[in-house]
Amino acid sequence: MHPAFSIIFFTTASGLGYGLAAMLGLGVLDPASLSTGIAYLLALGLIGAGLLSSTLHLGNPQRAWRALTQWRSSWLSREGVMAILTFIPLVVSAWAALFERSYLPLPGVIGAVLCAITVYCTAMIYASLKSVQAWGTRLTPVCYLLFAAAGGATLATFFALCGAGAVRSMAFAAIVLIAAAWIAKLRWRDRLLAMEPLSTPESATGLGSIGKVALLERPHVTENYLTREMGFRIARKHAAKLARLAFGLGGIVPVLLLVAILVAGQGAISIVAAILAVLSFGCGILVERWLFFAEARHAVMNFYGQ
Amino acid sequence: MTSLPSLPTPKKLGLVIDLDVCVGCHACVVNCKEWNTGGYGSALSDQHPYGADVSGAWLNRIHTFEVKPEGGEIVAEAGEARIVHFPKSCLHCEDAPCVTVCPTGASYKRAEDGIVLVDEEKCIGCGLCAWACPYGAREMDLAAGVMKKCTLCIDRIYNETFEEVDRIPACVRTCPANARHFGDLADPNSAVSIMVAERGGIDLMPEQGTRPVNKYLPPRPRKPLSAIASMLHEAEDTADAKGFFAWLDGMLDRL
Repeated sequence: MHPAFSIIFFTTASGLGYGLAAMLGLGVLDPASLSTGIAYLLALGLIGAGLLSSTLHLGNPQRAWRALTQWRSSWLSREGVMAILTFIPLVVSAWAALFERSYLPLPGVIGAVLCAITVYCTAMIYASLKSVQAWGTRLTPVCYLLFAAAGGATLATFFALCGAGAVRSMAFAAIVLIAAAWIAKLRWRDRLLAMEPLSTPESATGLGSIGKVALLERPHVTENYLTREMGFRIARKHAAKLARLAFGLGGIVPVLLLVAILVAGQGAISIVAAILAVLSFGCGILVERWLFFAEARHAVMNFYGQ
Repeated sequence: MTSLPSLPTPKKLGLVIDLDVCVGCHACVVNCKEWNTGGYGSALSDQHPYGADVSGAWLNRIHTFEVKPEGGEIVAEAGEARIVHFPKSCLHCEDAPCVTVCPTGASYKRAEDGIVLVDEEKCIGCGLCAWACPYGAREMDLAAGVMKKCTLCIDRIYNETFEEVDRIPACVRTCPANARHFGDLADPNSAVSIMVAERGGIDLMPEQGTRPVNKYLPPRPRKPLSAIASMLHEAEDTADAKGFFAWLDGMLDRL
């Protein structure tokens, strides 16, 4: 599948934003601190930027509001509806944190739950597509949810260091969540690598009863929408390397930095370590999302000899 | 509504494509583009049509496959490739995944005849329906930013200003080899249903659970070369020539 940058950026940014918003909603940071208010602004900014970016790949973005109508059948529509609903408790909580310096448990918890549901809907857009076998597993939403939570906890550790809370417990939670996310993700990728293709050129053409089917000629000599959209292969060539890079940047580096914070506690060095952990995690997730698309094979490619 | 019709549609209009007959001439592809660029919805645009990297939206494409038999009955047939031309367009699936994923309600399946259509006024061009389709039946029109797909020539088949003979999809009307047939696959007595029953019509990718309406008729089994050989006269054998030709044959032999 073609990894559209707008979609990769959207899932990464909104994942981090919803993760942080969920942590804030659970009240893990001290509402009396200004940094909690800034954390709210960052969460809303990441979510907003992600949602805006997701409209960039649309052919007719001016009609994007129509995407809110088909929540009965479409996960993409559900995602849109949930994203807007989630804004309500998040804005209320952010207001309370910024201007009242208080934590409101009810909007907080509702916001955290809605954040999780929105991320789940995003993942289900992919997991519900039978035509892309690599995505069709319960592990897909598990990975999306755990990565969002892990990113949120890492960001929350940074804000805890800025004076808003219990640094060590936050850093410990982030380590646990990053580890859990990567355990799920590695199982997801093992499944991908071990997978027997559901559809083959034989089943796609129905000619398997005669023999082995191979493409002789494409419909047109040049690329088309389908081969560009479903047949992207650049990253697949370097898949193993990129997978290691994603694991290193998104898993090992932030965990080591978080362990250092756990040991060092409060302090300037810890703040630098937290910033590096967030940046490294973000880059790792960008690579992970790139691979999520680039490594997934679409059934239509059985007609194109790929 | 992007939910599928709750009951089976009373009519299941679709195509039956005969892989034994298709010669891969691409006439259906060209006529499809010609008809649909001026018909339903926005035109089917091309990008860089006179440049090096030509590309555009097509609703019907022909692939050509080579099928290698795994073990034949006579010498030289085993491992000998067989060429099959393979037209592919929307299969108007009964369980169409492209319809249910649509976030806007632009993509829908008609309850009356089962045709899957896109309402281009509602389409935001997100491309998710093209991802959901395992057959590659949908292509984005990059100029209009909306999804294009086979309409089964809905603007022909119900068009009463046309002669009866022309009220069929453009691809079917134009096929010079008669490899494409249009009809109601819900009616067991329709010509297309009888054809499917007699020839063992098949679904593409049944494992995807889409239940396509369009059926493909597999190529007929090939006659072994040895069976045909006995039917061929040897070019030199003139024993059964009669009359003038017998005389001419004799005279020429003597020269």
